[in-house]
Amino acid sequence: MLKILRAGMMASLQDHGRTGFRQYGISVGGALDQPAMRTANMLVGNPEQSAVLEIVLGQLKVQFTRDGWFALTGAGCNADLDGNPVWTGWRLPMKKGQVLTLATPTRGMRSYLAVNGGFAVPEMLGSVSTDLKAAFGGWQGRKLQDGDELPLGKPTRDFHDKAGVRQLLWGNRIRALAGPEYNEFSREAQQGFWRSPWKLSPQSNRMGYRLQGRELKRDAKRDLLSHGLVPGVVQVPPNGQPIVLMADAQTTGGYPRIACVIEADLYHLAQIRLGEPIHFIHCTLEDAISAKQHQQRSFDQMAWGLAHED
Amino acid sequence: MQRARCYLLGERAVVLELEPPVSLASQQRIWGLCQRLQQNEQVEEVIPGMNNLTLLLRDPQLNALDAMERLQRWWEESEAQLPESRRVEIPVVYGGAGGPDLQVVADRANMTPKQAVELHSSIDYVVYFIGFQPGFPYLGGLDERLHTPRRAEPRVIVPSGSVGIGGSQTGIYPLAAPGGWQLIGHTPLSLFDPLQHPPTLLRPGDSVRFVPQQEGVC
Repeated sequence: MLKILRAGMMASLQDHGRTGFRQYGISVGGALDQPAMRTANMLVGNPEQSAVLEIVLGQLKVQFTRDGWFALTGAGCNADLDGNPVWTGWRLPMKKGQVLTLATPTRGMRSYLAVNGGFAVPEMLGSVSTDLKAAFGGWQGRKLQDGDELPLGKPTRDFHDKAGVRQLLWGNRIRALAGPEYNEFSREAQQGFWRSPWKLSPQSNRMGYRLQGRELKRDAKRDLLSHGLVPGVVQVPPNGQPIVLMADAQTTGGYPRIACVIEADLYHLAQIRLGEPIHFIHCTLEDAISAKQHQQRSFDQMAWGLAHED
Repeated sequence: MQRARCYLLGERAVVLELEPPVSLASQQRIWGLCQRLQQNEQVEEVIPGMNNLTLLLRDPQLNALDAMERLQRWWEESEAQLPESRRVEIPVVYGGAGGPDLQVVADRANMTPKQAVELHSSIDYVVYFIGFQPGFPYLGGLDERLHTPRRAEPRVIVPSGSVGIGGSQTGIYPLAAPGGWQLIGHTPLSLFDPLQHPPTLLRPGDSVRFVPQQEGVC
């Protein structure tokens, strides 16, 4: 069991996401920082896609009710286990009764906690992810509250020692492809999109990241009919301020799409602090595909490294 | 034949967009094509939209440009083979606490609330696609006389099961959410249940009929 002594601002169970149900209006969801989720799982020997705790801005306090191994990844918090420092990006042993406390992260937004054996929470529609908007999945379809007790799965393997990996770094340069309506925007808007900085609005959440900056004017006046959406799409509503769709975004929409963030770079957004500037970098389909392959290689190396430490 | 164009959305999605106008016949072909695409192992998901469809490839390396060509060809091949269409009846208690804006809609149409209910429940609506919320149907077929602009001030919470009108559309809220539609009634049916397969009451292509219940205006 994992006892939630203090749930903090927002902690929820998230995994790889829920696929196959968008035609029914059900969002994909899942951990916003997928690389951090995969890393955490890899460290404790769980399948990479397993559910982890996604913790926004730390402030979490949990107690373990069995021995095992855990890993904290993503945003680096000052964290401790019964007073002993806990390093982000490491697999560490836990003993029954020990308390893990996370302070507010010094950098980044979201930390991820994985425990060997994972969480014994049933899948709904093929995923353990919490759909906060539709209130299902995860733990009772909601964010965690003080006093919740999450059942843990049986550990499938044990480890001899702590181990650390080099986590993927994040930054504020986000690569994106031009979107289907890119050419309907004024030249000024097109250039401005790539050249000027965008600030993350406080109204950003798991559905969408609202950006503040120069107004993007669209020349074309035609209305778009509702179309399918995927995370990463950058849409521009009539106020000219773009929104990057995130994992919990609705499945259809009708705003013009100026760009689409490449999959390999989406996780950066999970870690950018509200109010911080970001820059979009124009890239090609080839760049996007090779970025994804490059990322996969990093994980392959990580897995190899971990396998050869024991 | 209606022309279509194909384009990429990001690195993994391919969109097929038909030339306007929207018609039931071409929307039916979209549903048919969606069903066919779902059986393809390179396809992870298909999302039907209004006069368009978006398909997600499992693996972008498998050449998205190839997929675009194939999608275009499949569209051209897709004869108007009608997908299986179900008829779903939705009981509605019109007016009262669950339909506080029925009078507004009736007034705009120069009708009594009873006449507005008769008109609203006399039509076979078609589910064009699902979006916005799990199981939220975009229904085509609302009589022009019942077209009513959204409320100037959206409600903070629209209860689940609310039946409403927003502009030229009518629909049902599967979940409680903020919303600006004019609410004319309420259904006790559950439109979304994650424990069911499929999880939603309605699917694209379904035909929907609202049935007034005695507890309300009828």
